[in-house]
Amino acid sequence: MDMKAPEKKLGIKEKYRLLTRDLAWQPTYRSEKEIYPYLDYEGIKIHDWDKWEDPFRLTMDAYWKYQGEKERKFYAIIDAHAQNNGHLNITDGRYLSALKIFLQAISPGEYAAHKGFARVGREFAGAGTQVACQMQALDEMRHAQTQIHALSNYNKYYSGFHAFAETRDRIWYTSVARSFFDDSMASGPFEFLIAIGFSFEYVLTNLLFVPFMSGAAYNGDMATVTFGFSAQSDEARHMTLGLECIKFMLEQDPDNLPIVQKWIDKWFWRGFRVLGLVSTMMDYMLPKRVMSWREAWEIYGVENGGALFKDLAFYGIRPPKGWEDAGKAIDHMSHQFMLGFYQWRFGTAFHSWIPSDQDMDWLSQKYPTTFDKYYRPRWDYIKRAEAEGKPFKNFGLAKLCQCCQLPCVFTEPDDASVLCHRQTTHKGEIYHFCSDGCQEIFEDEPEKYVQAWLPMPQLFQDPVNGDLAAWMDWAHLTDGLDNGEYQGSSDQRNFDRWRGLATSNT
Amino acid sequence: MSQVFIALQTNEETRPIIEAIEADNPKAVVTRDPAMVRISAPGQLVIRKDTIEQNLGRDFDLQEIHINLITLSGHVDEDDETLTLHWDR
Ligand SMILES: [Fe+2]
Ligand SMILES: [Fe+2]
Ligand SMILES: [Zn+2]
Repeated sequence: MDMKAPEKKLGIKEKYRLLTRDLAWQPTYRSEKEIYPYLDYEGIKIHDWDKWEDPFRLTMDAYWKYQGEKERKFYAIIDAHAQNNGHLNITDGRYLSALKIFLQAISPGEYAAHKGFARVGREFAGAGTQVACQMQALDEMRHAQTQIHALSNYNKYYSGFHAFAETRDRIWYTSVARSFFDDSMASGPFEFLIAIGFSFEYVLTNLLFVPFMSGAAYNGDMATVTFGFSAQSDEARHMTLGLECIKFMLEQDPDNLPIVQKWIDKWFWRGFRVLGLVSTMMDYMLPKRVMSWREAWEIYGVENGGALFKDLAFYGIRPPKGWEDAGKAIDHMSHQFMLGFYQWRFGTAFHSWIPSDQDMDWLSQKYPTTFDKYYRPRWDYIKRAEAEGKPFKNFGLAKLCQCCQLPCVFTEPDDASVLCHRQTTHKGEIYHFCSDGCQEIFEDEPEKYVQAWLPMPQLFQDPVNGDLAAWMDWAHLTDGLDNGEYQGSSDQRNFDRWRGLATSNT
Repeated sequence: MSQVFIALQTNEETRPIIEAIEADNPKAVVTRDPAMVRISAPGQLVIRKDTIEQNLGRDFDLQEIHINLITLSGHVDEDDETLTLHWDR
């Protein structure tokens, strides 16, 4: 009997060369400048695009195969979740608030990242870079879709999930993430890559996805764990792309260093402010918490970021300018921001609540130097006001930072008893900032940031014209249903009742 | 020395991979969180196809790791036999 000699398989290095590099060609009847018109104006100099390598050497055929497998795994669990009342397995209905913020603020960011990478995949000249950016563009589209799909199961039962697209465009806290991505997409291709590929993916995405998804598992939310880890399985590739790109830019020309450093400073601070949202989710909104925001920062910020910047010192890169201020903010930000959410709870498309005594004890244990000193007394005050029938609400409008668009609720880096506020006058107009980092970003490109859409000024424009009820209509927010206190909300009533039905026969 | 790490989903597909990493990297520290396993080591971590195949009892393509990968840190070097994370230059 004949034995067929097995075909010799290509090694991944050779396969990568054939299926990536060899797909590119030298243009003859159009100039490089015509084909790639945006490569010069940021000042970045690239001499040899072939020096850029994807260390995973993933080729398109392997990409489709593994992505297909990830999708099959994802839908197997999503189907089971929908078929088995998975929404009743979560620890507590309060957990839904974290999911709502995720869907309103983060999933649209995935879609924005898709658009950005589709664009730069076309604009960069190297074949390796083009392929990696195209893969990431497809990944980010998949992330947006799987997240929306997974969370649509919750939309069948609970409030606040129904209008995430409008919420993303029209509500104040979502504009923080939106402006972050819009800013990156309105940058040149190299800056975009440092913004999303490096600062967001490499330095910050672990803080968003890893502890939060592990937290979802801990809180019985299989749908979120599944889309989270399915998305995260692409992130290691994205992080590696970000790191390779920065090394590539720095190795290509010494003139690139100051430009890259400036972008790292800017985008670290921009990203850090977006993570303010995540800190409240981790410290306050997960009924069962895996780790505190502070602990996540220790692992993924201090340890991982520290190793990274120690390594990049080889090229003359130093840690981002805001790094120290970020370190000082860690023990305060989630508390300051959650107090903000609570006092403006009429204007949020999720529910908030006063932390229980047990929750507060956990917070003082996790934040021994700050919680009892600064934040427990405020929650106690709010609790007393509530008990006296005078619930604490702030109907004043927050002053927003012109750069990060967060309300200016943060304190001075070195004094937690003083509100941090900066301002600058540009062409006769006053602009406000939450921090030195945001002020510097503005002052470097004022013409860009004066154009920012800000949710508070919008309140006084058409079609809202200063009317709160009209604003709620416009933002697709139903008063008394989507917003306000968790205690007594329809989400609470429904979750408790359905869970009761699911575990008894009455 | 800076730590490198890799995190994988907790499931039946990753068990033999994690055991292989532990066997090949005596300095590795394994941390188990809900639904995920994080393995860190000082300076370098090597993942060998060979060891995984012995545990698994079948052929294994190192790129299969992507399906269950959560995150990593360090420079990545990959060929057909090994995937290495390191901070050296
Ligand atoms: Fe993503
Ligand atoms: Fe990503
Ligand atoms: Zn700001």
